[in-house]
Amino acid sequence: MIKEIDNIILSLSPLEKQILPFLKDAKNVEEIITETKLDETSVTRGLKFLEAKRLVTLDVKKKRIIEPDINGILYLKKNLPERNLLNIILESAKPLTLEEAKKKGNFSENEFMIALGVLKNKAFIEVVNNKIELRASKEEAMKKFLEEKFLEALPLEEEKLTEEQKFCYEKLRTRKKIIRVVEKKEIAFELTELGIKVLEELPKLKQEMIEQLTPEMILRGSWQGKKFRHYDIKSKVPEIFGGRRHFVNQAIDYVRQIWLEMGFQEMKGTLTETAFWNFDALFTAQDHPVREMHDTFYIEAEGKLPDKKIVERVKRAHERGVAGSKGWRYKWKEEEAKKVILRTHTTVLSARTLAALSKLKNKKGKFFAIGRCFRNETLDWAHGFEFNQTEGIVVDKEANFRHLLGYLKEFFRRMGHEKIRFRPSYFPYTEPSVEIEVFIPERNQWLELGGAGILRPEVVVPLLGEWIPVLAWGPGLDRIIMDYYEIKDLREMYINDLTKLRKVKVWLK
Amino acid sequence: MAIVKFPRKEFEKYIKIDKKIEEKIAMFGTPVEYIDENEIALEIFPNRPDLLSLHSYISSFLAFIGKRPGLREYIVNKPEPKYEVNIDRSVRDVRPCTACAIIKNLKFDDEKIREVIDIQEKIHSTLGRNRKKIAIGIYPLEKIKLPIRFEARRPQDIKFVPLDFDYEMTALEILKQHPTGKKYAHLLNGMKKFPVFVDAAGEILSMPPIINSNRTGKITEKTRDIFIECSGFDLNVLKKTLNILVMMFAEMGGNIYQMKLNYGLKKEITPDLTPEKIKINLANINKLLGLQLKEKELKNLLERMGYRYESPFVFVPAWRVDILHEVDIAEDVAIAYGYDNFKPEMPEIATVGEYDRKEMIKNRIAELLVGLGFLEISSYHLLTTEEIEKLNEKSAIEVEKSKTEYRFLRNNLFGSMLRTLATNINAEYPQKLFEIGTVFRKNEKKETGIEEEERLIIAISPGNFTEMKQVLEYLAKIFNINTKLEEAVFPIFIEGRTANIFCNEKNVGVIGEVHPAVLKAWHLKMPLTMLEINLETFYPK
Repeated sequence: MIKEIDNIILSLSPLEKQILPFLKDAKNVEEIITETKLDETSVTRGLKFLEAKRLVTLDVKKKRIIEPDINGILYLKKNLPERNLLNIILESAKPLTLEEAKKKGNFSENEFMIALGVLKNKAFIEVVNNKIELRASKEEAMKKFLEEKFLEALPLEEEKLTEEQKFCYEKLRTRKKIIRVVEKKEIAFELTELGIKVLEELPKLKQEMIEQLTPEMILRGSWQGKKFRHYDIKSKVPEIFGGRRHFVNQAIDYVRQIWLEMGFQEMKGTLTETAFWNFDALFTAQDHPVREMHDTFYIEAEGKLPDKKIVERVKRAHERGVAGSKGWRYKWKEEEAKKVILRTHTTVLSARTLAALSKLKNKKGKFFAIGRCFRNETLDWAHGFEFNQTEGIVVDKEANFRHLLGYLKEFFRRMGHEKIRFRPSYFPYTEPSVEIEVFIPERNQWLELGGAGILRPEVVVPLLGEWIPVLAWGPGLDRIIMDYYEIKDLREMYINDLTKLRKVKVWLK
Repeated sequence: MAIVKFPRKEFEKYIKIDKKIEEKIAMFGTPVEYIDENEIALEIFPNRPDLLSLHSYISSFLAFIGKRPGLREYIVNKPEPKYEVNIDRSVRDVRPCTACAIIKNLKFDDEKIREVIDIQEKIHSTLGRNRKKIAIGIYPLEKIKLPIRFEARRPQDIKFVPLDFDYEMTALEILKQHPTGKKYAHLLNGMKKFPVFVDAAGEILSMPPIINSNRTGKITEKTRDIFIECSGFDLNVLKKTLNILVMMFAEMGGNIYQMKLNYGLKKEITPDLTPEKIKINLANINKLLGLQLKEKELKNLLERMGYRYESPFVFVPAWRVDILHEVDIAEDVAIAYGYDNFKPEMPEIATVGEYDRKEMIKNRIAELLVGLGFLEISSYHLLTTEEIEKLNEKSAIEVEKSKTEYRFLRNNLFGSMLRTLATNINAEYPQKLFEIGTVFRKNEKKETGIEEEERLIIAISPGNFTEMKQVLEYLAKIFNINTKLEEAVFPIFIEGRTANIFCNEKNVGVIGEVHPAVLKAWHLKMPLTMLEINLETFYPK
């Protein structure tokens, strides 16, 4: 027992030691505050620590206290509007019209209506022919209203109101900011048997205990022969937050790392693009619904087209077809291709890369991109106007459909998705086209991630100048990111809720 | 994207739905949206409008699972006397082309009428580009006197009772008052004359692409024979569309009859269901798909996708609109082969990965700032009108017809940062934030007329000029760049506590303490210091 008490004393923090002596006689927290000169938070904290050490029992009661609110405080100084109105009526020699009374008292519309209503209800006045007539004796009118008395009596505990006070409370609570109810905690405390013993033993342990070790103590060795206060190693400590990358960027970095490991080169480009590169170069007919303003962000501007040779070839692919294709057979318009848009997919980067490769002798390579794309979309939990896509192309004479599936399988395996499947799909610029799905074991569900395929000759030949199979894919990243971070609402991606950003788990696939 | 809903009962008369079939349906290239007791809903991609009707879908799917492989053939009867449509010169400037057919011996019930209307709507909204490119009209033959004339008239000379109405209206009244008229009025905008189909008795059948006549253009359960027309601007497209429709009606049990189209001296006969002959090369297909198919296997696979194959020719059904090239046939071979039967293979090509230099530097900057305890944020590239007004940004570029309040491309990163701070006044302080992002401004010299620049913004709240300058100098030192501050005036910053950042004589950014009036406007309660700098500063020359 003695040993236990000693140990407890060793572990008492200065705060606890400061409070403990007063617990025997103090009646409430306020008294402790006065005695110790600590603030309320510290005292409450100290009491809780002592409770954890079983030195004191606490009984926390919540009380609802009625206080004057902003207007209440004001009215306490300058009277309730009904009092002011009544005074104006009393002072006036003849009955006032409503307008006159309102003007005299300088009331707001709202205040005046309420004051008038209150006085009518109390049967102090009556309004006849737009004139206010006094219906009460002067003495009666001079007496304090119940509401005034109530207001002066505040703060009061809601539970302990008299009938009369309750009546006033109900009247005033409906009015604008006269009174408000605040919840206050009242803590009752009592020393336990153990607490009393500790308190008795406390003075005996005269010896000074070391709190924080200081450089001086180390230098002088003054710690020798003294005791270190024991910490409560289980007590809660305040949270700290470090600097972090945004979780989307963490994921993007990870994806980039995978492509680099797989030997791909990074493609970069602008977010604004001409329709030519975003659509026409990708064999998307000029009347294709995806090109409508309804789906794509347009910017009022006229862009420039690349060198004539490429434009001519793209035009021919659309109008009459190239490399044995029939083409879409319509009149292709330059104006349409010059329109400026926010890119709708990173595939536009692949188109540009192919055009750049056409100038090289060795038209071969593996390229990737990760980037923000846009669509004219509403904003709710399932929709957003910006999204992230990752893009890849493999330009190789020997590339085939099985390789396409192989690259995708390997990429998603590295992304942590062991199970992947491919379904037929449709895109204007690939044939065959593939829809990629990965299996999410936790939800026993397939997650649709987007498209892939082999670029059509109508895309490759005009850009590259010859037919070489180009494997291409552009799955969305957001669904994977949302799945990993368990985000249900798409808006959370870019809402930047700092509290969440500080705590979001680290991207570890 | 078109979602078709087939009645489950009808569907299961031919194909029993179970897990395995559901899988097969997806692998046919028609993902299952849902299946319940009453319906099976499938997604039909825009390249296959020929699958939009129940019976044509079932025939194609049965072939796919090997039950009725090969090219489907239908009897096409020659035009009977008066099966003619005379196309007047007057339509040339308004809606120059039509392709027509007659179908006989159909049996309509509620279900089928609904199906026909549904197919019509689906084709209108996909292939037909909302009736702009193709408008389809279907009429009960018994109400019509052949031959038919397709002509253009002045709007005041067009008067008939439109569908679902019981009184006569003029063309202009229809466009102003009829719900369908209002919806598609824009398609006739600015035209002096409107196209109409008129029968031999002078009765107006319809005014494409708007609406049919209630008297002559409404299919009922009593209807057995029908007249179909597709009108638009490209006869080839219309012929294909007509082929799809007559194929679907034939699948419902109807008999196809051709019609003579008199385009002045030029005569056409539609529909023509002769399959198109395309030469393919087995080696090409094997190379593209990474397979080693034999002729016999290829034939089998092609037949399961509804083709006929007589090496080296593929006979493509006349209702397929998506076969532009050999690769389109290759895809169908792959689908028949089964995407799930392909063995994925990663070729061993040794290539070297290459990290974009700028991306690498951006990451290094982010790492340094994180080391200093900064939190990275990431925001939209668009700002709202309200934000633009608060920032007094007159030169921000607007996107057209945004569906949200986000309408302007940001031309600096302050708006995004202030928005973040404003939405986080209840989060714990200090808030030390940064963002790396793109900003936009007009520049005629650029390809898109817009110059994009990558910038870094840093914010410390509560924070002061000194603290921000420390961060700047830290970054400058580590990246070995020389920066110099010059006193400046900047709208959101306090005068005397604002500086432009210079690097190699170039103004690359701005640093300052935010003015309390700005803080108030954004409902911020804490002092704030910000820095914005062009990332080019950090990139090696």
